Amino acid sequence: MVSVDLKKGSVELLLLSLLEDESRHGYEIGKLIEQRSGGRIAFRVSSLYPVLCRMEQRDWIKGRWVEHAGERRKRFYSLTPKGKRALAAERRAWQEFTRGVNLVLEPSHA
Amino acid sequence: MRDWKRYVRERLDLPDMKDHSESEIVEEIAAQLEESYLGAIAAGASQDEADARTRDHVADWQDLAAEIARSKPKQAHSVVDRRVEESELRLRRKGERWIPLADALQAFRLALRRLRRAPGFTAVVIFTLAIGIGANTAIFSLVNGILLKPLPYDDAEQLVTVWKRAPGLQAEGRADDLFPQSPAVHFTYVDEARAFENVGLWTQGQATVEGIDGPERISTALVTAGTLPTLRAQPFLGRSFTVEDDTPGSPFTIILSHDYWQRRFAGDPAVIGQTLFVSDRNREVIGVMPQGFRFLQFDPDIYRPLRFDRSTLFVGNFTFRSIARLKAGVTMEGALADLTRLVPLAVEKFPGGMTLELLEEAEGAPVLRPLRDEIVGDVGTVLWVLLGTVGIVLLIACANVANLFMVRAEIREQEMAIRSALGADRRQIAGLYLSESTLLGVLGGALGLGLAYGGLRLLTAIAPGNIPRLDEISLDPVVLAFTLGISVLSGIVFGLFPVFRWRGGHPVQALREGGRGSSSGRERHRTRNALVVGQIALALVLIVGSGLMIRTVQALHQVAPGFRNADEVLAVLLTIPSTQVSTEAEVALTFEAIAERIGSVGGVNSVGLSSSIAMDRMAGFDPIFVEEFPLPEGQLPATRRFKWIGAGYIETMGNDIVAGRSLTWADVHARARVLLVTENVAREYWRDPADAVGKRIGTGYGPGNWREIIGVVGNVRDNGIMQAPVGIVYWPMLLEDFWPEVRGDAIFLPRTMWLVVRSSRVGTAGFLTEVRDAIWAVNPNLPLSRVQTMAEMLRGSMARTSFTLVMLGIAAAVALLLGVVGVYGVVSYVVSQRTREIGVRIALGANAAKVAGMVLRLGMVLALLGVAAGLAAAYGLTRLMSGLLYGVSAVDPLTFGAVALCLGAVVLLASYLPARRASRVDPMEALRME
Repeated sequence: MVSVDLKKGSVELLLLSLLEDESRHGYEIGKLIEQRSGGRIAFRVSSLYPVLCRMEQRDWIKGRWVEHAGERRKRFYSLTPKGKRALAAERRAWQEFTRGVNLVLEPSHA
Repeated sequence: MRDWKRYVRERLDLPDMKDHSESEIVEEIAAQLEESYLGAIAAGASQDEADARTRDHVADWQDLAAEIARSKPKQAHSVVDRRVEESELRLRRKGERWIPLADALQAFRLALRRLRRAPGFTAVVIFTLAIGIGANTAIFSLVNGILLKPLPYDDAEQLVTVWKRAPGLQAEGRADDLFPQSPAVHFTYVDEARAFENVGLWTQGQATVEGIDGPERISTALVTAGTLPTLRAQPFLGRSFTVEDDTPGSPFTIILSHDYWQRRFAGDPAVIGQTLFVSDRNREVIGVMPQGFRFLQFDPDIYRPLRFDRSTLFVGNFTFRSIARLKAGVTMEGALADLTRLVPLAVEKFPGGMTLELLEEAEGAPVLRPLRDEIVGDVGTVLWVLLGTVGIVLLIACANVANLFMVRAEIREQEMAIRSALGADRRQIAGLYLSESTLLGVLGGALGLGLAYGGLRLLTAIAPGNIPRLDEISLDPVVLAFTLGISVLSGIVFGLFPVFRWRGGHPVQALREGGRGSSSGRERHRTRNALVVGQIALALVLIVGSGLMIRTVQALHQVAPGFRNADEVLAVLLTIPSTQVSTEAEVALTFEAIAERIGSVGGVNSVGLSSSIAMDRMAGFDPIFVEEFPLPEGQLPATRRFKWIGAGYIETMGNDIVAGRSLTWADVHARARVLLVTENVAREYWRDPADAVGKRIGTGYGPGNWREIIGVVGNVRDNGIMQAPVGIVYWPMLLEDFWPEVRGDAIFLPRTMWLVVRSSRVGTAGFLTEVRDAIWAVNPNLPLSRVQTMAEMLRGSMARTSFTLVMLGIAAAVALLLGVVGVYGVVSYVVSQRTREIGVRIALGANAAKVAGMVLRLGMVLALLGVAAGLAAAYGLTRLMSGLLYGVSAVDPLTFGAVALCLGAVVLLASYLPARRASRVDPMEALRME
């Protein structure tokens, strides 16, 4: 399992990217992160839910209740235009960061 | 499977969330947990394992609740809201009687919530109201503290001042033709008056005290034994004056003021019995006045008894001020009757002065005035005018707010229609509007109170020094009640506008038109237009008022006060006590030496001396006899203002020598029997001032003792710049055989003189020090006081007018701003409402200019109506301020015309922007906007 600090720094990016193509509901997002990361990154409900609230507050994502027959109703989240811009910015920042870290870790070619 | 919703609800504590939000949050978290559980089961876990893993998702419920609360602040109730809700619930539980109050509280709570959802609107309204209400609160606290509050003495309504009117005397007294009191008449009242509980004489003075670092000038109040008891004022240490202290021959005593006692004796309680060397004599301290005691309008340093030898008194010497306290139950009319009967008695008891026949001829009669009128003076007019002014500003602000309110009401028409359709009656809808408007009013009032507090601090700092009772002004309960009253009243007034507009019906129509109903649109426009016309009219009134004040100040600046280039003249009051220089002749030489010494200071053009300078209110009146025009038998002589001067005074002040010559030091030392008069005195007797030179004038109890007029000087506005010039007689400062009946053959010389210095260096650094050094080079022990320039005196005389101008100007500026905003708002709104129509017109070929013209026409109509209404209102209202004006009529056509034109132009300008917007409307956009 990855350390808490590293997770904290990337949770918004992860959430936003998963909502890029389609709207999903809260638990589904958490499940997807765990699956796609091969179990390396897992979030509890208590960690994810407040982040979703915050991003909704900032108008990056929009939530709405969806009811299917026979199911308990679920809250689906989708990306807003503002959120799309935020995702792009976070992505860039992440790439810059990892590049920087990698450069430091590589042996120098001096 | 457990009930996850219940599980979450039991553990997740969100007390500050709205119920609706809270249940949604619970539901969502429960859904996620449930999915987790089902997912674990599907992955093969046992029920217990799945349950455990799911529960693991939330380890710390408190932490989660905190995070959620932080993340969703907008949905949390405010603390205020919750508190109010709790109080409301408590009230409801208390019983039937409290239900209406609880309902009111609920109405306000909901109103607050609605207003929160429109923060821009709420902020603008509160701020606009705050300006209007704050200004009213500030001025009202002035009115309250100065005009309405009783004076700080016990039963102050019983206090009166005693005067004499003598229209048969062609004398120049005060501006209201009243003369002060004579000691003889005063003692008659003391002995015989039945209407008075107490009566006293007083006068102001100055004295020299031997201080620690040399002589010091202090202010004194000279009083008789009855004066302080009239005010029911007692020393808190020691005793008050008795008749014995007033009797010549008894030991000399003084009473200290609290401040002086602190300053000079460091608050030592053993001061009683100690002596102080005041004005050439040792005097015993017998008492100390309490802290905060004010003697009428003054704060004298010490109190001294007025000592009269009753055997030498006669009915004359009307130079003392007098206050009295009426007995309980006695009216002023009753007291006047009592006093009138006593006047012949005074002549009997104290013969040698005025006779009964003279009194009858002068039509002398006692006059009583309430003490408050004395102290407050004529500042009342200024204050009421100012209150009216800010009242108008508030009306304008309310008109703006009413317009805003109506616009908002229209936007919510759909909402109201739905409410009405669902059963809300007219009263409930009215309740909605009124609760919002009253809440806004009160909030605006609260902010206004804060503004008023700051404004009052500023006002008391810049207010002219002669505004009375300034230290008694505060935001006391009366003022607070006033503020609350006008806040609520304003709220109700502008809240009623949408209520009356609400037709109470047509819900279908309102719903169908999507909230932009146009059928009652015209009526709405009419109300709004009417409001704006009203605003323009009121703003015009205020601007005209300011314009008149500006003309007044301009006119005052043109007045020739009797001196020139006032900021180049320095004035210093100088005393030469007999302990320093004993004989009068030496004093005159000392004064001359000082004048010469100062004359040699660099940059000094000239130096002069006078017992009184213009506008210092220090000079008194005395009778004159003119040799060429002897008085018929029994007629009283005219009285004129007397001043004693040294050489160089007229020239230093920059006054003109109209005829003859000025005074020289040779005249002074030779005790020449000469004098100067002002032009108005000369013209009174001889048409041409040149004819006055060489003629003779005398003073005293009767004609004789003649002295020759050697020069006539320009008129001096001695009573103030706004008053007519006073007739002045200038005597040389060193005189022999002057008033021999009183002084025998003693030499007369005032020991306290103003030194006036003309130099372009006045006001620059170091000049004052050089002048002081020059004075002290002649004699280092002379105390100086009241150092100022003539310009400061002039400004002081105009201070009240300037103050009024500033206040009116500010009010007019605010009114103009609000009015312009109002016009812009209305015209803008009309444009936005008629965008479709405009789009159609443009699509059909109307050109931009025509469309803009259409809008400008609206602006022009508003301007014309507003200006016309304003001119009519101003014509009626400006008369109320005529007491403040000088040199310009209250209905001055130039001012009225100029203001009307300018305001009209400004209003048109305010319509210009919306007109431009109208001309730029894109017909496609406009038609699409449905």
